Amino acid sequence: MELIFAIAIGLLTGSGVWLLLRPRTFQVILGLSLLSYAVNLFIFGVGHLAVGKPPIIRADGATNASLYADPVPEALVLTAIVIGFATTALFLVVLLASRGLTGTDHVDGREHDA
Amino acid sequence: MTAWLHHVTALPIVVPLLSAAVLLFFSEPRRLPRALIALASTLIQAAAAGTLLWMTSHPASGAAPDGILVYSIGSWPAPYGIVLVADRLAAVMLALTAAIALPVVVYSFAQWDRLGVYYHPLFQLLLMGVNGAFLTGDLFNLFVFFEILLAASYGLLMHGGGTARVTSSLHYIAVNLAASLIFLIGVAVIYGAAGTLNLADLAAHWDEASPQDRRLLDGGLAVLAVAFLIKGGIWPLNFWLPTAYSAAAAPVVAVFSILTKVGVYSIVRVGFMVDPSKPVLYGGSLLFAAAIATMAVGSLGALAARHPPRLIAFSVIVSAGTVLAALALGSASTLAPALFYLVISAPATAAAFLVAGMAARMQMHSVTAVLDRDGAEATYTAFDVGEPARSSASMDDDEVGFIIPAGVAFLGLAFLSCGLLVAGLPPLAGFLAKVSLIVAALGSLGVVQHPAHVWVLVVALLGASLAALLAFLRIGVRLFWTARETTRPRVRMLEAVPVAFLVLVGIGLTVMAGPVMTYLTAAARALHQPDAYIHAVLATSKPVQP
Repeated sequence: MELIFAIAIGLLTGSGVWLLLRPRTFQVILGLSLLSYAVNLFIFGVGHLAVGKPPIIRADGATNASLYADPVPEALVLTAIVIGFATTALFLVVLLASRGLTGTDHVDGREHDA
Repeated sequence: MTAWLHHVTALPIVVPLLSAAVLLFFSEPRRLPRALIALASTLIQAAAAGTLLWMTSHPASGAAPDGILVYSIGSWPAPYGIVLVADRLAAVMLALTAAIALPVVVYSFAQWDRLGVYYHPLFQLLLMGVNGAFLTGDLFNLFVFFEILLAASYGLLMHGGGTARVTSSLHYIAVNLAASLIFLIGVAVIYGAAGTLNLADLAAHWDEASPQDRRLLDGGLAVLAVAFLIKGGIWPLNFWLPTAYSAAAAPVVAVFSILTKVGVYSIVRVGFMVDPSKPVLYGGSLLFAAAIATMAVGSLGALAARHPPRLIAFSVIVSAGTVLAALALGSASTLAPALFYLVISAPATAAAFLVAGMAARMQMHSVTAVLDRDGAEATYTAFDVGEPARSSASMDDDEVGFIIPAGVAFLGLAFLSCGLLVAGLPPLAGFLAKVSLIVAALGSLGVVQHPAHVWVLVVALLGASLAALLAFLRIGVRLFWTARETTRPRVRMLEAVPVAFLVLVGIGLTVMAGPVMTYLTAAARALHQPDAYIHAVLATSKPVQP
């Protein structure tokens, strides 16, 4: 499970960085989204991967910590997702404004001669 | 009296949040209530910052033992709950923020806030983020406050609209989103290795980590430092800065001059907290080299700049480089002078940005000419609000308050003062800061790991002064003393008073250099001995009943 998880993060990060460095605004925003997925998975992963362990105290009140998953990374991920979603939406608006004002989807607002 | 006084710690965050929310209820044409709310909120923040400054500088009064105030939100004990910590450094930074925000708010009443929509709510949210970043005692909350201030700054940067602003915003947002992701990676690694994100708790257990975990922690911290350095504007991570800063509206960019300081502050705070003897990265040749390169690139950029805002943006970069180079020297004695320089350079650059905004009117007939009208209209349409009540005539016909005489003389003098402060020349405080920095650096020749660094730093400091002097003179002469066909600038009282206030802050820092330096030395000493901070924070936790 760890291996698949790590490969997934690596793939997302690799594609994200590549897209982030592309000259089109749409590619940049997709790259940022992929990167934020990778980072969210990464934060999730530092709480140790486990199957069938709840992050909240169970009804039978078992106090053995090894029965539970670490809830803090999950809380962090939730916060990061919300913030990432909001900033991506904002970036999308700026992207559209830039497209409207400059008439091109190049990140510099003008086409460069190849 | 002290029973409720500790709640003051939360005011710099709560007040701007509430006022930003309330401001949203007032539509754009209702300018007076908006202005009053924004002004009142900023005044309360200034009062709170002043109170914190007083409490931390008078530990004997009992309000803040050891100069540290801890505020547990919701009274949850420290490592589990979230704490706000106001120590000397945080109090100084809060006071600095308020000292810049107050005049900038007043300045923006001179119709700058009408260039776009939601100026004042965004401005208050920016202040909330900045204040929160200074006060928080928790790494993840530092991230959250960073995001708040960045989200507000995205909106403010585009205030007024126009192609230049939108294009530079695009770069600014992309860079900062990437930086935020790097920040998160660092936070995650540190949490994975240490199991806590409370700064004091982290520092208390830093040395107990196993060698394996310790490597992870150091790595996580280095990743965090990269995120901070991007905000701090260090070369080669600062290419977004000059373009963004020279495109933004004058009051916006004036308050932005505190943003790079937030990055520098975070490095100081986190770095010293976890390892005061040998802060990670400090004393490291890599950070020192990057900081010196920042000063060099910034100075060259300032010399090459052809417009005042660009020149000042490069000055911001130079001042960030100066502070970081002094920190990276790895000597205990350079910290206080470096903080002094940081405190001086922020109002100086802010004032210079404001002057540049006023001077821009000398070349163009009105602010409306600076602004891309079409862009602004697009903004109004996008937000589905009517165009703010703008007088049908152009802006400079619509007089706000008095027009003071001798406008050019005033602007020139203010610009000159800013130049002197930034360049570090007598008789103003920049000179004192640079001299004490050089003296401290030379005094630590026998202490630091690389004595050669001391000489490099001294040369870089003197070179940066010379470059700043030349650049400010060149631009200043062309702007104010060259005879040519321009409109005589109409200097409005609403704009002149804030500029004068900021310059007076610089002069006040010169006159009060003694007490300020004593306070900052105490702040630096507290940074080098974080035990008091750690104890104060962890003392809030009561023993947990099994």
